[in-house]
This record gives sequence, C-alpha cells and structure tokens, in this order.
Amino acid sequence: MSTVRARAAGVTSHRLFWPLVVLVLLLVANAVYRPSFLSIELKNGHLYGSLIDIVRLSAPLILVALGMSLVIATGGIDLSVGAVAAVAGAVACLYISEQPDQNSLGVVLTAVALGFGVALLLGAWNGILVAGIGIQPIIATLILMVAGRGLAQLIAEGQIITINSGPYKVIGVGHLLTLPFAIVIALAVTLLVAVLTRRTALGMIIESVGGNAEASRLAGIRSRRITFLVYVVSAACAAIAGFMMTANVSSADGNAVGLWVELDAILAVVIGGTALAGGRFYLGGTVVGALLIQTLTTSVYAMNIDPQTSLLFKAVVVIVVCLIQAPAFRARFRRRRSVPVTPVEPVGTEKEQVPA
Amino acid sequence: MSERHPVLTMTAISKIFPGVRALDGVDLRLFPGEVHALMGENGAGKSTLIKVLTGVYGTDSGTITLDGDEVSFSGPMQATAAGVSTVYQEVNLLPNLSVAENIYIGREPRRLGAVNWREMRRRAQELLARIDLHIDVSELLGNYSLAVQQMVAIARAVDIRARVLILDEPTSSLDADEVAQLMRIMRQLRDDGIAIIFVTHFLDQVYAIADRITVLRNGRLVGEYLTSELPQIALVEKMIGKELDALERLDEATSGGDRATLEQGTPLVAADGLGRSGSVAPFSLTIHQGEVVGLAGLLGSGRTEVARLFFGADRADAGRLAVDGAPVAIRNPVAAIDRDIAFCSENRRTEGLVGELSVRENIILAMQAARGWLRPVPRRRQDELVQHWIKALSIRPADPEMPVRNLSGGNQQKVLLARWLITEPRLLILDEPTRGIDIGAKTEIQRLVAQLSDGGMAVLFISAELEEVLRLSHKVAVMRDRQLVTELTNDDSLDAARVMQVIASGSSQEGSVPA
Repeated sequence: MSTVRARAAGVTSHRLFWPLVVLVLLLVANAVYRPSFLSIELKNGHLYGSLIDIVRLSAPLILVALGMSLVIATGGIDLSVGAVAAVAGAVACLYISEQPDQNSLGVVLTAVALGFGVALLLGAWNGILVAGIGIQPIIATLILMVAGRGLAQLIAEGQIITINSGPYKVIGVGHLLTLPFAIVIALAVTLLVAVLTRRTALGMIIESVGGNAEASRLAGIRSRRITFLVYVVSAACAAIAGFMMTANVSSADGNAVGLWVELDAILAVVIGGTALAGGRFYLGGTVVGALLIQTLTTSVYAMNIDPQTSLLFKAVVVIVVCLIQAPAFRARFRRRRSVPVTPVEPVGTEKEQVPA
Repeated sequence: MSERHPVLTMTAISKIFPGVRALDGVDLRLFPGEVHALMGENGAGKSTLIKVLTGVYGTDSGTITLDGDEVSFSGPMQATAAGVSTVYQEVNLLPNLSVAENIYIGREPRRLGAVNWREMRRRAQELLARIDLHIDVSELLGNYSLAVQQMVAIARAVDIRARVLILDEPTSSLDADEVAQLMRIMRQLRDDGIAIIFVTHFLDQVYAIADRITVLRNGRLVGEYLTSELPQIALVEKMIGKELDALERLDEATSGGDRATLEQGTPLVAADGLGRSGSVAPFSLTIHQGEVVGLAGLLGSGRTEVARLFFGADRADAGRLAVDGAPVAIRNPVAAIDRDIAFCSENRRTEGLVGELSVRENIILAMQAARGWLRPVPRRRQDELVQHWIKALSIRPADPEMPVRNLSGGNQQKVLLARWLITEPRLLILDEPTRGIDIGAKTEIQRLVAQLSDGGMAVLFISAELEEVLRLSHKVAVMRDRQLVTELTNDDSLDAARVMQVIASGSSQEGSVPA
C-alpha cells in the first residue's frame, strides 16, 4: 500500500524504480571506467560484449531465483537450491563421464534427464518435509542444504568429475540464434514459469496460501499440494542452473557448484519486491534483482576493486538498494528534508487498514 | 454538564486514505466523568477517528486538544502516557505471554533494575480481582477465551492512569454476564471522573450507559446529542441516513416459509451422533432444503464447533454424517465443498479473507479452488461475477482491485459472503455473519438469508443475537456447555425468553467463562 503522497510521486514509487536506478548507475559507472563496456559486437554470428556476459552469467541465478520466488510467496524458503544444483550437475557429469562417446547427443540428453529426475526427487523430499510433516521450511531445507553437498560428493566419490562433452558444454557456453544458449534457457524458463503461474490460477492460489494459509484451506484450497509443488518447481529450476554451471567449466565439483547461490537468490527475490513473509510475488522483479546482483559481481571484478574489499562493496550496494526501496525509509528521508511542520506519517504502511 | 470544560476536543479532523475519504471535518468533545457513545455504520469512520486520536494515524487536517493544550500523539504509547488509553475491538495483546506480563509489559515493577515477578503477579491478581476476574495470572494469555482476553485488555487500560478511556467495540465478543460486568466497571470509572469513549453496535448498551452520543456517517459528523433527548429510532435514522422499516418487511418475507413442506423428503444434511472429543459432544441435527436452522447459545457453548464439523474444518471422531441420505465422510473442507456446503467463519481476518489479495481475488477464491489451478476462471467471467455481487451486496468502495484489508468490517463480511454465494452452495453455514457490523449491513444480510432460503438453499445460522436467530430460523437448536441440548420449532409460541430459559436452565456455571 502506498501512501497518497507516494502515489502522487508516480514512477518513483514503483517497486522496481530504485533497483533499476541502481542497475543503470552501475552500468554507467562501468562504462565510464571502461568505455568499451557498453559495446556489443557480432562475431561469427554470435553476440559478444560485457553486457551479454552479464546476462549470460546471471542465467543460473535467474533460474534459481524464479523457483525461490514461488517458494517465498507461499511463506517458505528453500536453502537447498545450491546443493540441489550441485547434485544435479554431479549426476549428469558422472553419467557422461562413464560413457564411451561423451559427444553423443543421446548421452547428454539422458544425463540431463537423470540429473533432472534426481533433482525432482530432492524437491519432493523438501515438499514432504514442509507440506507433509509440517517442519518449518528453513529447517527442512537446511537439512538438504547440508546433506545435498554430501550427496554430491558421494556421487563423485570425493573427486571433481571432469568431462569432455561438446553437446553438454553447449548448455553453458553455446549459442542459439546469435544469443548465448544459457540466456535462451533462462528466458524460456522465465516465460514458462510466468505462463504456469499467471495464465493459470496457480499464481493467485500460491499468493493466497502465502497470504493466509488457514483462510485458504477453509476456501477449499489444497494448500499442502501447492506447497509441495513449489518446492519441486524450485528444485527443477535449481537443476537446470546446476547443468549450466557445470557445463560452463566442463566439470562438477560437489563442493563448489552453486555455493551460496541460495543467498543471492533470496536477495534477488527480495530486491524484486516479494516479501519474505509470503503473499504477492513478482517474477519480473526477481529477474531484475538477479541481473542487479550479477552486474554488481561483474563490476567488482571489472573495475579492479581490491578483492579484499569486494565483498564489503557488494554488501554496501545491497544495503543501499534495500533501504531506498523501503517506503518507510524513503518517507523518513523526505520528512527530514522538508523542514516545515509535516504531520506524522504512518510508518509500516504494510499493515495499514481503513477500518470501520 | 455543558458549563464544564471538555477534557478532550477534536476539531475539524480530516483523514484521507488512498481512494477513501475516511474522515471529513469531524468534531468530537468529551467531558470528564461521562460515557460518550460514538455511533455510526461500518465505514462511518469511528475506528479511524480513534486511531487519529491515539496517534496510530496522522491527521490530514484538524486539531486535537487535551486539557486545553494542543496535542499530536506519535503513537498509542505516547497517547497512553498522556492519559488516553485504548482497548481495541480486536484484542491487541500477546497470547504467548502470561496474563501478568501482558498487563505490565513496558512498565514492569522493578527492584534494583530487575523485574520483580512476584510483585507483578500480585498486582495483576489484585487488578483483575477488582473486575471480578479470578484467573491464574501466570498462565499464558492465549490459553484463555477471547472474552477473558478482552477483559484483561480492559484491566490493563484501566490500570494505566487514564483520564480518557476508549473502548472500541469491547462487547462484541462478550456474553450477557460479561457485558453487565463490563458496564459495572465503566460506571465505576465514570464516577471516578474518567471520560469514556464507547464504540459499539449494540443500541441497548448505549442507552443503558451512555450520557451523550456523537453520530458519524460516511466520514462526516451528523451531530452530538444527549442520550436522554434522542429516541432509539431517531438514532438509527441518523446513523443510516434514511428511514428504515426493512426489519418489518423482512418479517413478512420469512413468515411465508411452511415447515410442513420443508420437512418432506430426505434431509439435505443429517448428522447422527456427530462429535469430536474436547470440542463438542455427539449431537444429531438435520437440515432440509430451504430450511434455516438457527444455532443459539452462549459464547463458547460449542456453536462454532458444530459448524466446523459440518464443514470438515475439524475432523469428527464420532458419529455419522449423511448428505442426501447417503453417508459421507467429510474429513476436510474440500470434501464439504464437493458436496455444496459453504462456511463463512466468524473470524473474517484470520479464517476468512486473504487481506493482501484484492476484492475480486477473494470473491473468486473458493470457486477457483474448486475448479483447480489448471482451469482458471476466465477473467471476463470473474469481472461479471464480481461486479454483480459488489452491486447486489453494495460492497463499498466498489473497487474490485482494492486489497480487501482496506475495506471496513461489514464490507469484508459481504466479500466473504459473495465468495461462497458464487459457488451456489446447497447448505450455507454462517457463523456470526452480522457480528460487529452496522444495522444497515445487518439488515441486508438478514434479508439475503431469507431470500436464499426461499430459493431453496439450506442455511445453518449462528448468532449471539437471539432476536436475529428467531427472526430468520425455521427451527432453533440450542447449545449449552458444548452439547446440543434441544431443538425448538420456531412457531408463534417461541420467543427469546423461552430460548434463553433453555440456554440458562441447568447451567450451573452461570457467569463463569469457559477457558
């Protein structure tokens, strides 16, 4: 709920205004630092350039964050996405590494199907713990966050699986219709999730469950099924991200693949305007959030910021984004600027009501 | 009384919310030692005025003076410190803390910097004893009934040295004894010189206790009157803004129902020894097509529990349920909805609506749930349905895309009703559908119930107001101490006195509150 004043302010009050401003500022800063940053060129029918790289590198995060959006909308959270990505990548790479012809398309498709299947099982496991048994999501998925890493290492027998498979590599670094294949996949999955939630009633039902679970149950919604479903979708998204990350480097390291991606994903969802308490979710916002985070990561490297301070730099930018996004914070700032007697503005407008 | 100086004056108060002008130049004055009733329909601006006074909301214009000094509170804490205490309609306490902690939170008695728990408990016990509430103050508040929680909230507000006490519909969840107890406390406080603002929908209570009445309508001031100079019917007219004989017309509408024809054939729903341990004792009850069955009884007598068993909101552990003569197991709401049973909970906010979703989404929710998420209700169909019911139930503001939490209580109730009516149920269970809403909306809902039953819908109607139950029902089932004690046919000989007698007779625990 925006206040009258915020509404009057128009565009600036849109929930994506400030994340987009920061995104543009970061891009401008990069362009100033290195003018070639904004250039995009066509080589051998493929698009190249820093901007393309940013989008390509953010593809796995976008995927994970999409699934995370749905989970968060139900009022839950999925900490296991990084581990699931690692397991899916390890399963796929292990299968490929054991085949005589690693370049066969059939082998790669089978490998991806296997990895995807295992990920769906892991998602179902999360779903059963949360929806079936009723364990708090943060605890339920924490189990798999830890155990999944162990599972990934078990699959690889403690080694880093290295493969040499042309078709698999395409997932990470290939091109389709001049675009990097990873971008095409991210785009396709984004569209798929958008259609799945917004062209059906799934999105509204997820928001209803996240907004008021008991009221939803009494309206005849099978909340448990919906909750179960979002954890499966989240794991499926994580699996695709896992394939991308392992294809990128043609190897699967159970310890490194998707490490901490769950935290970036949660951040992307929140920057995108979806509240951690559940309810309304915004897929477009999530994509913007993921792009912002990847741009930040890339900028830190590109601008040669001292590696020792890079994490702090990232943290500062994230805090700034989150703060200026909060209506309460902006209201306070505005009040301080306009000195004359302004009436006390309600803080925490989220809970405001017009009662009887 | 008018020579004295008012302790509190609010002048030309305006407050605007997005899309709603909640208050428009409203005045209010309050004298020490009086009970001042603030009256108006839902959405008239009563709660908003109180929240402006206590600093929950800022004003858009207007001034507030307390003892002649202009004030502007930044929030309830500051208002309380200045002597303006509030007990809100919905209990605003912490169920996971003890009763004593709830009373003294933020002002715990201390010794050498540490909280003096024994002193806190002792004082809480004393305080509650003053209002004849004898409970264990170290028990968690959440373990007590809503009524007890309400009383604790009042005790807490009274204990803080208040000069102005605001009671925002304190009686809406209390039974008759508790109301009498509360009124006694109010008189006691008034005699001590405290000024009390009393917001309620119960006219009888206003005339029993209020010295002065201020009436609001649609965010505007209608006027301030001495209770003794304003007859009840005049008050109702001022609140509604039009002369209303709808209640009488309603009586004619329902008197047409002929019981003999109703009882023919198999009952739509029949409970046989249905029960749930710890919730409600096994009971038998049949509901026929087109029949309105009233469920009467005191707060906590098991009315809601009966409704929840019919709907599968709770699982029965004894007895059988038959729909259309065929035995069915209704283990969850989905199973009940499949059999065309609908249930409007009394707790609109926690068990009814999804506040964040729009009016439109809330209305189509049950229909959508029944279709499954893969078959969305086409948007055009949604808009048609929603427009139709917004108009038919005069839901205000008539904006389908407004988040439902921005609506007033009565309008929220209508949204909840609309949700179930579009599913075209054969049995509609209404749990306190008119609680906390104004006379206008109340009449509309009563008339709707009569119409629906004339159209063949069966209704299980639960209400604390006996008059309402008697006006609408063909038969009345009476609950007492979580047992269905009797069924009374609602013929000419049945009146409120007889039902009350049934409710009261044999009840040894009169006056005590089920915890």
